[in-house]
Order: sequence, then C-alpha cells, then structure tokens
Amino acid sequence: MNVNHRRALARGTALAGALALALTACGSSGDNAAAPAPGDAESVLEAGGEITVWAWEPTLEAVVEDFEAEYPNVDVELANVGTGNDQYTALQNAIAAGDGVPDVAQVEYYALPQFAIGESLADIGPLGAAELDGTFTPGPWSAVQQADGIYGLPMDSGPMALFYNEEVFTNLGLEVPTTWDEYLEAARAIHAADPNAYIANDTGDAGFVTSMIWQAGGQPYAVDGTDVTIDFTDEGTAKFAETWQTLLDEDLLAPIGSWSDEWYQGLGNGTIATLTIGAWMPANLESGVEAGAGKWRVAPMPQWEAGANATAENGGSALAVTEASPNKELAYAFVEYANAGDGVQTRVDGGAFPATVAELESEQFVNKEFEYFGGQKVNEVLAESATNVVEGWQYLPFQVYANSVFNDTVGQAYVGETTLQEGLADWQQLTTDYGNDQGFTVEN
Amino acid sequence: MAPIVPAQGLMAPARRSNPRSWQGWGFVGPFMAVFALVFLAPIVYSLYISVFRQQLVGGTSFVGLENYQRALSDPLFWSALVRVSLFLLVQVPIMLGLALLVALAIDSGRLYGKSFFRISIFLPYAVPAVVAALMWGFMYGTRFGLVGNLNDALGTTLPDPLSPGLILASIGNIVTWEFVGYNMLIFYSALRVIPTSLYEAAEIDGAGQFRIIRAIKIPAIRGALVIAAIFSIIGSFQLFNEPSILQSLAPNAITTSFTPNLYAYSLSFSGQQYNYSATVAIIMGLITMVIAYVVQLRGMRKEA
Repeated sequence: MNVNHRRALARGTALAGALALALTACGSSGDNAAAPAPGDAESVLEAGGEITVWAWEPTLEAVVEDFEAEYPNVDVELANVGTGNDQYTALQNAIAAGDGVPDVAQVEYYALPQFAIGESLADIGPLGAAELDGTFTPGPWSAVQQADGIYGLPMDSGPMALFYNEEVFTNLGLEVPTTWDEYLEAARAIHAADPNAYIANDTGDAGFVTSMIWQAGGQPYAVDGTDVTIDFTDEGTAKFAETWQTLLDEDLLAPIGSWSDEWYQGLGNGTIATLTIGAWMPANLESGVEAGAGKWRVAPMPQWEAGANATAENGGSALAVTEASPNKELAYAFVEYANAGDGVQTRVDGGAFPATVAELESEQFVNKEFEYFGGQKVNEVLAESATNVVEGWQYLPFQVYANSVFNDTVGQAYVGETTLQEGLADWQQLTTDYGNDQGFTVEN
Repeated sequence: MAPIVPAQGLMAPARRSNPRSWQGWGFVGPFMAVFALVFLAPIVYSLYISVFRQQLVGGTSFVGLENYQRALSDPLFWSALVRVSLFLLVQVPIMLGLALLVALAIDSGRLYGKSFFRISIFLPYAVPAVVAALMWGFMYGTRFGLVGNLNDALGTTLPDPLSPGLILASIGNIVTWEFVGYNMLIFYSALRVIPTSLYEAAEIDGAGQFRIIRAIKIPAIRGALVIAAIFSIIGSFQLFNEPSILQSLAPNAITTSFTPNLYAYSLSFSGQQYNYSATVAIIMGLITMVIAYVVQLRGMRKEA
C-alpha cells in the first residue's frame, strides 16, 4: 500500500516534470511520461527537491557540494552509515521496515545482484542510463546490469595490480614477481631473511579469493535468472587453491587482518611487502601509510602463465537508486552527475579510480606522476589492468550472504583446521543450501 | 487511559446485574497497556513471524512449525548451544567462586584498604562490554598487543589467545573480569545483613573463621548465590557482545554461529532469514527459561 502510494507519487512527479518540460521547451518531441527523455533531467533538477544518499566513498562529499552549488534547488543529504556490509545491513533493515530508505545508495558490484533481485533497486535504464552504453569500461558496466535492467551507475572500479614495497625487494636483491610461481619464491625469500616479514597478509577474505579465482580463469558461479550453478572444482579454482595452500602451509602469509592497525604498521615498516589489490588502493596508501611514502610501487598482477596479462576486478562500487525512492528522477540525475558527469573529474582529483572510459584514457590521468610512489605513473599500470580483466565472471545473487559465511568455511583453512579445497567445498555446500532455501534452483 | 474509558462505558449496564466491579482495571490498565506493548507484543510478534518463511525468490509463505523443525535439527544451532553450555559450566563457577572469595575477604574486616579493593574490583563492571572486549582484544594481540610484548620481552612464544582452540577461554577471561565485581557486590551486600550477634555467638562457642564461613555465612547468603547463578546462566546463554566484537580480530576462530545469539543475529542481518532467526531466538529463550527455572527450584528447595 505504502509502496503503491510512493509509486503513484513518483509517477506524479514524472508527469509534473514532463509538463514543466512541455511548458518551457515547446519544441520537444512527443515523448511519453513513462519513459522520460534525457532532456527531462534538467527540468527535474530545476524543480529541485531533497534526496538522501548513503555512501562511504570519501570523494563524494566534494561532488555533493558542487552539485548543490550548480542546482541550488536540490538538497542532497549525504550520510555514511557504514562501510560495505554495515551499510548493507542498514539498507536491508530500512527496506524491510519500508521506512527511512535512502534515495541513492552505494552498493559494491558483488552485492548489487542481491539487491537487484530483491527488487530493492530501481531499474534506471528508462531514466537515461540505457543511453550511457560505452561510457564505462566493460567490467563495471556489465556488473551493474542484471537480467533485463540497469541497477546502478559504476562509481569506481578495482582492476587488480601488484602493489609492492620496493625497498624490501631491493634490499634482498629480489626481482618483482611476474608469475605466481615467482611470487611463491619471493615469499620464501622474504620470510627467510626476516621471520617477522611476509610477502603479504591474509586471514581469509572472500573478495580477494573470488578475485584471484576470477584471474585464474575460474568461473565458480553461473547465474541465469533464478537458476544458479556453484562449482568450485574447476581448473581456475584449483590453480589458486594449490599455490595459496603452499603459502599457508609454509606460514608465508602474515596472519594480520586487512584494515587493522597492525596492517597499516606492517605496510609502513616493510613487514608486509606486497598487496595484490584493486586500483582504488593508492589513495588509501597515501592517507593511511605515511611511513611508506616513496617506497611503494605498482606492477602488473602476477600471472598464472608467464607472458599472459590476465587481471580481475577487486571491489569497486556503483551508485544505485532505490525502488522505494519517491523521487527517482532526481535521484538518478544526481547519480548521473556524480558518475558520468562533472562529478567524475572531482572524484578523480580526490584520488578515486574511475570506471569511465574518457577519464581512464585521458592523458592527464594516465601521465599523472605520484609522489608517494616515487614519481611512478601509477595509473598507466592500473588503466592497462582495466583493459585486461578476464570476461565472463558472475557473482551470486546472494553474494552478501555467501561472503558473510566465508570465514566459517574457507577461513578455517587459514587457521590450519582444514585445507583451502575442503573449505571451498564447505562454502559451496553452505551457499547451495542457502540458495535452494531462498527459492533459487542451485546446482553444483 | 484512552482504551479504558469506553470499556467502562460498555460494562456499565452489566454492572447492574453483575456485582463484579471492573473499577480495578482502571488502576491496573495503564500498567497492563504498557506491559502488553513493550513485553508481550515483541514476543507475540516473534512467534508470529516464526511460522512464516520469506524467500528472496517467491516471497512470504506460511510454513507452520517447519522453522522449529529445522532449528531442532540444525547442527550449527546445537554446536552453538553446546559451546555456551561449556562456557557456562566452566566460566560461571570460576567467576562466582572468585566473587565469593573477594566478598568474604572484604567482609572479614581483616583486609587493609577494603573500600579501595571493593571499588577497584567493581570498576570493570562500569566499563561497557563493548569497550572491555575491544580493550582485551588489543591486549590479546600476539604482534603488537600485550601478549606480543610479553613474547618480545621474555623471548617466549605464548599461545595465541585468539586462535580457535583458545578463543572461548579468552572470552571467558573477559567476562570473568567484567562480572566478578558485580557478583561480589551482590554477595557482599547479602553478607552485610547477617546479624553480628551470630558471629559473637560462634566466637563464644570457639568457632574459627572458616567454620563461621561454612556454617553461617554461606548458608545465610544462599539466596544471593542462587540469584547470581541465575543471572550468570542467562548471561552465558545470551553471550553476544564479546564474541561479536572479537570477531573482527579473529574472524576464523569466531564463526557466525559461535553462540546462539550471534547465530540469530547473523541469520537476520547477513542472511535476511528473519523468520528462522526469530525461531532460533524463541527456542533459545525457552531453553534459557527452563534451565534458569530448574536452578531456581533446586536452589530454593535446599533452602527450605
């Protein structure tokens, strides 16, 4: 009832917007109210209103300021209700309660299908997103499309690369690894030279493991509507599991959780020598690891086969318009401004890694020298990685849940209770049961 | 008051033929309304949603007692229950034993600086559980925490308190630290009301301090002991804050179904299984009630 009421309200607003357009721009062709033409956006923005945005991306603050300055009738309330899972919990609660739902929410690519299939997010294709084909790099663009709709505009992307502390490698006379075999050798050398030093930290991270399997060519998830296949027995998964099991067995990974105080210290003092992570990392290193200034460099992701150049996406998120929003046109207008309009440059200047082709290919972006990285043109490596992302990867329509039980299953391998392969089999079983329970048809 | 007035109006004609007076309801009404709203309504609502099942695909359907059936055969739920039961059997006796010891020591009158001890042992109870868990979490760290510092200073390799094998004991340590003072205060106040004439009589009869403790003090505070035990049982079964906070430090040691409450929380918030979560919460509530009641019956029967 409430929803119907809101829909009616939204329709009313659309109608009012169309009417205003007809009055102001008389020459406009006869478009229907259900699918407003892109020109509508201006009139919606002129009419103004209030929207609430839930996001943790720090560069959005400047975007909101610029946006409000340009469209004084629009009032954007930006709220940070938590990062990642914390926000999804809050969002799910608000949606379940049918009250306090924001108009726009930041949703990571892995979580987008879950919200889209739950009909919590609006299909923004008819609002103008359908015409943005080609604006974004293929990985993120396909990540926001589910079944027959577009459920968000890519805000940033995370093509992976190898961030490494050059000092550690030069001191030990080590080459920067280009394959995972070389990576394993380097891991042994680093740990042998200093028992407190490790090539990387890892306490079991679902996002990292799925990205690694992605790069190795594995496709454990296949989703076709409500038919889902979960299969962690393919070759790509095996490649990753074998190498990583060796690293775990030989205690070559620091048992330090990412984003902890110990982690930041380790990144600064050389006891965590590398990070295989998404392209959004530089800004985090600059702000969080001052001790590492001048020491860090970026190299392409190590490969499973020498000479290859496969990469994967790690993290990255979109801005989505919620189904419960009473003013979807205005909400979408903000999203487009932030992610495909003037907001993109503002965010790039703030250190974000964009998902738009134009910015990724611009000379200014690619040739920017990063003082923190010893003057290296970091974006060259990262933009290159963005073009080499392995195609065909899909996340589960209930990936948020799946990731929440990752440490219950696969995580046990990191504390020596089981092996990675067995842990992945347990994870597969748990997520299969959940999927079937939720009305999907899940096969292995 | 609002709902009461029409009720009186309706009942007015009945009063003439029936001598029973409904005026009493006017007095208990306000209380009953609040009671129904804040105590009964949530329970009724939980019961209501526990007989449905909401799916991501297919929406909500009535499933009767299916959720209960599932919970009773859910290995994750039972392993969580076994874990908190183990916690209860080990941690609660230690905590209450320590609290009793401290209370007796302070009550003995032979302790120098007794108010200082009383306040400093009670102080941890004033620290919010979340802060306490965070604080201990940092101390447990084997790299930069207290354990790490000890290792560095003494050249030892202490076992990691956040490893799967030790995490329950580590949590027990935190909970004991938090609640010894609280229980001590209950025992101490019970000890203070024992008439001193009993002690004098005992002394005249030649009883030593330990005899006085065994024959006078402990029997006299049996009621307080039973109450403290019941509180502790409920607290153990509801274990949530400490594991939930430590989870970010030891994600592999503390699973999402580590304790029944944590399990209900994860089901609801990461899995969106609100219905099943309500079921788990109800079953857990019933089990806690039964055990607390049994303890109370036993404790009181011996007293009589």
